[in-house]
Amino acid sequence: MTDATASGIPTSKAKGKSLLEQDVRTRKRNAAEKRFRAYGVVAIVIGLSFLAALLFTIVKNGTPAFTQTYINVDVVLDENILDKPGNRDLEDISKVTTFGYTPIIGRALVEATEGIETDVSDRDLVKMVSASAGAQLRDFVLANPEMIGETVEFRLLASSRVDGYMKGRVQREDLARDKNLDAAHLDLVDVMVEQGSVERVFNWDFILGADASESRPEQAGIGVSMLGSFFMMLVVLFLALPIGVAASIYLEEFAPQNRFTDLIEVNISNLAAVPSIVFGILGLAVFIQFAHLPQSAPIVGGLTLTLMTLPTIVISTRASLKAVPPSIRDAALGVGASKMQSVFHHVLPLAMPGILTGTIIGLAQALGETAPLLLIGMVGYIATNYPDGIASGFLDPNSAMPAQIYEWAKRADPAYYERAWGGIIVLLLFLMTMNIIAILLRRKFERRW
Amino acid sequence: MEDMTQVDRAMSTQQDVKITARGVQVYYGDNHAIKDVSVDIDDKTVTAFIGPSGCGKSTFLRCLNRMNDTIDIARVEGAIKLDGEDIYDPKVDPVQLRAKVGMVFQKPNPFPKSIYDNVAYGPRIHGLARNKAELDEIVESSLRKAALWNEAKDRLNQPGTGMSGGQQQRLCIARAIATAPEVLLMDEPCSALDPIATAQVEELIDELRQSYSVVIVTHSMQQAARVSQKTAFFHLGNLVEYDDTDKIFTNPHDSRTESYISGRIG
Repeated sequence: MTDATASGIPTSKAKGKSLLEQDVRTRKRNAAEKRFRAYGVVAIVIGLSFLAALLFTIVKNGTPAFTQTYINVDVVLDENILDKPGNRDLEDISKVTTFGYTPIIGRALVEATEGIETDVSDRDLVKMVSASAGAQLRDFVLANPEMIGETVEFRLLASSRVDGYMKGRVQREDLARDKNLDAAHLDLVDVMVEQGSVERVFNWDFILGADASESRPEQAGIGVSMLGSFFMMLVVLFLALPIGVAASIYLEEFAPQNRFTDLIEVNISNLAAVPSIVFGILGLAVFIQFAHLPQSAPIVGGLTLTLMTLPTIVISTRASLKAVPPSIRDAALGVGASKMQSVFHHVLPLAMPGILTGTIIGLAQALGETAPLLLIGMVGYIATNYPDGIASGFLDPNSAMPAQIYEWAKRADPAYYERAWGGIIVLLLFLMTMNIIAILLRRKFERRW
Repeated sequence: MEDMTQVDRAMSTQQDVKITARGVQVYYGDNHAIKDVSVDIDDKTVTAFIGPSGCGKSTFLRCLNRMNDTIDIARVEGAIKLDGEDIYDPKVDPVQLRAKVGMVFQKPNPFPKSIYDNVAYGPRIHGLARNKAELDEIVESSLRKAALWNEAKDRLNQPGTGMSGGQQQRLCIARAIATAPEVLLMDEPCSALDPIATAQVEELIDELRQSYSVVIVTHSMQQAARVSQKTAFFHLGNLVEYDDTDKIFTNPHDSRTESYISGRIG
């Protein structure tokens, strides 16, 4: 345009110049474009390498948590220790505490290691098995009192040091100043592995089990806190989705445009950016202190996370409602549909994929949230077993997966560190399952063109 | 006053008046979009609204089935009567009105559903069919009236959005007549269509005149001349002239009309 002549018709100064050679401007422009593309590729490569590094670390550190070392021993359930009166009365049997089973386990281990040259004293052999072994035996005996006096083969959890040695985490020199295990134990383990009485198998208890106390990492599992997360997600899904979608539909399609609705709109956007711990303290004040709902319960966690998720769902739902072309609304109104019919018959189905995407983003956010749970007592060692039913699933104290991972990560024993990484793998798989369900649902809706 | 005489003259030559509008004013916020328009629209007649862009012809059309209600800032004054009943009476439910006064829009906007469901939607929500057979019949006759049956009968379950532009617009017309309206409003129905599809739709409009009162907004003066019996010329929110189409195009009363149809303003 710069070389427009007086007549107003632009003519080219470079008249007669060949198209086959590029002029300076074109070369510069092309170079700039190439540079920009290169930046893009570099950015993607950097991003991908971070992702690869992250996945590699998670898998490398986390996979050991999915196997566990067990010691197979034949245990003589000595009547003299377990049932002194000898009348198989459950009340008498239950008087023997978990601690009372230790000598039985000790004796079984002495028998199992008979003939093996070792420096380990008979008394110290028990250190090889988990402190939970007594409880395992006691549960068995209480369930099968008729077996007292018999010899039963048990698969006992190895202690976390033995487990660590099997996984390469614990070396002999590490045990020089360790009062839990000696290097001599490890020599013994080597022989027992050859004999087949010590083995490392897939660790279902980690995926399905409950958390354990600080001194028994080998027993800890993420299963119960997974249930906690599951019940919380149920609460979030069944509250946040209908409330969020209803609010968005009203605001987007029915509400008058005035100062008040503008104010609501601004505040919804602001709420989406509020730090999650603020929702935690709100949940503490409203649901626990005011409404007296039980502490540490998934229902409170779910309600708190619902508050946090609502803005996300409202914002994405409104965006997808806005994206439905107004001509569809006109068409519906034009044939005499009421406002509500036009929204529910035509607009909402078209907005459904977007709504589902928003919901799944909100749920994923809620699933990974730890901070608000701190304030309602869901983070910490919560000695819970499986809930007895649906009601107790909502109301009994429980933890959640991210809270459980955080809890493990802060415990001193390196065996817990491994569990924390393993927990992250389970969390990611849980999240992936949720996402896949959402994608399938979205496909189903999208197929209706 | 001049407008009134036009209207009176138009009335004297016609049989049944379907819609009477008197002193209609429309405001979009502070913008006075329609200024004191009075017009009588006849039954079983095609009435064309012509005028330059932004002259208010579409706005006025949307007053006739209260589609302006959906725009928050729009305000309508004056009286519009359908068969003598004020459609802006507080007792009137716009939903019932729109079942009587159907509308076809500028851009073909079929629902993203099957061809069958597109046509059946109106009868379904208004409960016009008692059973599937009756509904099938309504769908078939509507598609026949819209001259789409032969093309659509084998693909009733396929999406309406998969048809060509002209077919989509005829589908929208079929959808509009499926609710058995008395008046059909068309807002530039051919502006997104090619000449062949336009010709088909125009032919269709001419046939629809047998059963409905058709009001069509158009930018094409040739189209107005071809399909309509009466023409109203809008300019800057005023109804400048309203008369028989022949008269408007051959011997317009107002100089602005003459300028517009001869291409000097617009």
